[in-house]
Amino acid sequence: MSGGVPLSWYLMLSAVLFSLGVAGFFFRRNLITMFMSIELMLNAVNLSFVAFSYRFRQVDGHIFTFFVMVVAAAEASVGLAIILTVFKNRGSLQVDDVDSMKN
Amino acid sequence: MQHLWLIPAFPLAGFLVNGLTGRRAPRSVVNAVAIGSVVLSFFWVLKVLAVPGAMETAHVERYFTWFASGGLNIGFDLAVDRLTAVMLLVVTGVGLIIHIYSTGYMAHEGGYYRFFAFLNLFMFFMLLLVMGANFLLMFVGWEGVGLCSYLLIGFYFLRQSATDAGNKAFIVNRVGDFGFSLAMFLTVVQFGALDFAQVFTQVNTRGVEQNAGALTAIGLLLLVGATGKSAQIPLYVWLPDAMEGPTPVSALIHAATMVTAGVYMVARCAPIYLHAPIALNTVALIGLATAVFSATIGLAQNDIKKVFAYSTVSQLGYMFLGLGSGAFSASIFHLVTHAFFKALLFLGAGSVIHALSGEQDLRNMGGLRRKTPLTFWTILAAAVAIAGVPPFSGFHSKDAILLAAHHHAPWMYWVGVATAGMTAFYVFRAVFLAFFGEYRGSAHPHESPAVMTVPLAVLAVLSLAGGYFNVPRWLEPLFPTAGGHHDQLLVLISVGAGLAGIALAYYFYVARPGTADRFAASLGWLYRLVLDKYRIDEVYAAVVVRPLVRGSEKLLWKGFDAGLIDGIVNGVGSKARSIGGVLRLAQSGYIRSYAVWVVLGALFILLVVGSWGGAR
Repeated sequence: MSGGVPLSWYLMLSAVLFSLGVAGFFFRRNLITMFMSIELMLNAVNLSFVAFSYRFRQVDGHIFTFFVMVVAAAEASVGLAIILTVFKNRGSLQVDDVDSMKN
Repeated sequence: MQHLWLIPAFPLAGFLVNGLTGRRAPRSVVNAVAIGSVVLSFFWVLKVLAVPGAMETAHVERYFTWFASGGLNIGFDLAVDRLTAVMLLVVTGVGLIIHIYSTGYMAHEGGYYRFFAFLNLFMFFMLLLVMGANFLLMFVGWEGVGLCSYLLIGFYFLRQSATDAGNKAFIVNRVGDFGFSLAMFLTVVQFGALDFAQVFTQVNTRGVEQNAGALTAIGLLLLVGATGKSAQIPLYVWLPDAMEGPTPVSALIHAATMVTAGVYMVARCAPIYLHAPIALNTVALIGLATAVFSATIGLAQNDIKKVFAYSTVSQLGYMFLGLGSGAFSASIFHLVTHAFFKALLFLGAGSVIHALSGEQDLRNMGGLRRKTPLTFWTILAAAVAIAGVPPFSGFHSKDAILLAAHHHAPWMYWVGVATAGMTAFYVFRAVFLAFFGEYRGSAHPHESPAVMTVPLAVLAVLSLAGGYFNVPRWLEPLFPTAGGHHDQLLVLISVGAGLAGIALAYYFYVARPGTADRFAASLGWLYRLVLDKYRIDEVYAAVVVRPLVRGSEKLLWKGFDAGLIDGIVNGVGSKARSIGGVLRLAQSGYIRSYAVWVVLGALFILLVVGSWGGAR
């Protein structure tokens, strides 16, 4: 990586995106927003993978990224289905309403 | 090969056929199978004994090795020698007569095929007991006859008293069997074998000094087994209760054959006892004590079968007295004659009970002499035989025992003579109460059918003439007679005691009826004590049974089982539940609190890995 953007910048951006995801997961109550926060965290990690892969000239990071994307796609479909069902049954998307597993 | 195995195999086959198919078979078929198997067995015994020179030495047949372990090799071996021959004839002969009688006696009873199946099974085990050529095979028969005794005592299993009596017989016998097993273990340890021939050869050839203790211990432990099976003090209590069974069972198992197994066993182990004088003397003492003790109880009983039951215990005591005095052949002789006259007494009693539709109380009988003449005459034959009136069978065998006892210790002779007097008294008391005077009951007595009276007649002939089977001479190669001189005076005294007993019974119950009641009343508490059988059952209940039951209930059931075992199982369950109750609090149900845990966990791992990596 002669010249161009240094690796640390990518990593910093990744960390910022990840933290935004975590914060969103913690502080939003809407299930869909929380779900989007999770996607954000996943993609933040993807970014760091790709950056490392480019920096060290190895293909492993790319492959990891593909895996994460596949899993994320599967997770998105399952998760959305769950959210849909929750909404059908409870008429609400507030996460604090979903507490039937308490104790 | 004489195919000895056929002798027990016939009754076993009879048991299997009747037991498996008898429920649907007609009674005539059940009869044919049950009696036929015993007939075949009886004839096979005769055939085996009829072979010329068969009895010169013990004839052993080895069939297969049952098991071998280390140096110990137990074979399924049957043997016949002179002693076994006597037992075989008694068991199959008297057994056959009683089987025939039973077809009449049990004619109106339910469970007909079951009765005969058990009776055949008993014959099988009894024959195995007397023919087994080692202690273990004998023990198999020993346990088997105990099982059949239990099954047949509890034959009327809908009656609580019958099942209780069966249980009592079985449990009391367990005590004796425990002694027998210990004796076998000790024999294995001491001689490394259980074959009679091997053990007795070693006993006879080894020095007495080095084995004296072990032989005495084996002898005493075997005696414990014999006291259980042959109803001697202190384990005699089950036999009187065993009268709950059908009367033919009382005659066959609890008078003629099974209860004499202990006598047979001690006689079989004569080489051991002859080298263990202490054990032999104990046999004599226990026999004498039992004889006199149960004879006194017999004086006051009102149930006709109870009188004969205590008489059986007493006569078995005589046999043990004879064994203990070293007169093994005299005891076996008495075993044979006793099998005749006591089986006859019981079958006669059964005929009376049958005639009176189940009445057993002597006080409700009387005057049956004219109503059931055949039964009367046959019972009278048995009574004179047991009372020792010459020249009938009991006279010969009882005097042989009493003379041997006198040779052994004169005081034992005198106690034995007193017992002989009591024996004559209580037997004739029963006869006079049942057959003389006026009828005091309310049933309509009738003579029994021929299928019952003919066996009675056969046994009556045997009871009267059985004394001329010279069993002691037959057994002489096995048990050399002591060679005591035949003192006429001693014979006269014992016969006199018997006749005095008869005369006293006649005076009390025929000449002056009512004297007995006044006499009993004048004795007061002593009479009541005897009537209550010295309250031995109550003492056993208080000393042994109740502590055992209480201990089992409090300690074993409620303490150990319910407390410890259940406590462990339930404790594990409830502990898991309470721990789970604490852990459950972590499950808040809020997704974001789980997220906090995830983050905290991730941070923790990072911290740990970081510090660990930093240290490296």
